[in-house]
Amino acid sequence: MVHLTAEEKAAVSSLQGKVKVDVVGGEALGRLLVVYPWTQRFFDSFGDLSSPDAIMSNRKVKAHGKKVVNSLINGLKNLDNLKGAFAKLSELHCDKLHVDPENFKLLGNVLVCVLARHFGKEFTPQE
Amino acid sequence: MSLTKAERTVILSMWDKISTQADAIGTQALERLFASYPQTKTYFPHFDLHPGSAHLRMHGAKVVAALGEAVKSIDNIGGALAKLSELHAYILRVDPVNFKLLSHCLLVTVASHFPADFTADAHTAWDKFLSIVSAVLTEKYR
Repeated sequence: MVHLTAEEKAAVSSLQGKVKVDVVGGEALGRLLVVYPWTQRFFDSFGDLSSPDAIMSNRKVKAHGKKVVNSLINGLKNLDNLKGAFAKLSELHCDKLHVDPENFKLLGNVLVCVLARHFGKEFTPQE
Repeated sequence: MSLTKAERTVILSMWDKISTQADAIGTQALERLFASYPQTKTYFPHFDLHPGSAHLRMHGAKVVAALGEAVKSIDNIGGALAKLSELHAYILRVDPVNFKLLSHCLLVTVASHFPADFTADAHTAWDKFLSIVSAVLTEKYR
């Protein structure tokens, strides 16, 4: 397990306050589906994912992206017990959704790119 | 995996902008690499890796210059980077996993410098391009 230092926790918390949850979540999930199209396999019920424009403007993608980021923000409120905070979601993704853990890395990386895009210079290497 | 015509166009047009800040982008990508993935520092015991160091600026510039060569010969990246490919295989022997890490840091740096240009399509194009470059640099490993 990775552990966050006090500085890292502070950096993450300060950025979190400025994140536009609605926008960032939808953009991150959308980009995941565009940049790594094989991830679309988990979202058959989401409707039109036929082109980057369709994906980025898809209402279900935006709604689900918002859900994901809200969940991450909940994690931020429980940094000292991430395992506990995500226990139910962990079971869901493993036992019901059968998501290859590699996909979490991909989404994480895409989210970092989206944050960098939104925060520019403020998104320092430390962030 | 190869680049579509549209992807090539995106990369070429963005490269014009990127090359005007080449050194800064290269340096920052390396700073992000060493900050986020400290294990990568093991390849640079001979460098001063403090942010802003001359070593970082010099090496960052080198990395982006090499990417520029790949962009210039985007239809033959293997040919353009043949020497670098041998260097990485026989001399540097950087573990292949690190190319993904640096590629990610380059994407993050480009995203932070060019938010408007870094659309989902551009993101895809650059991710693919950097994957191709990484594959070329590791193709002679074994």
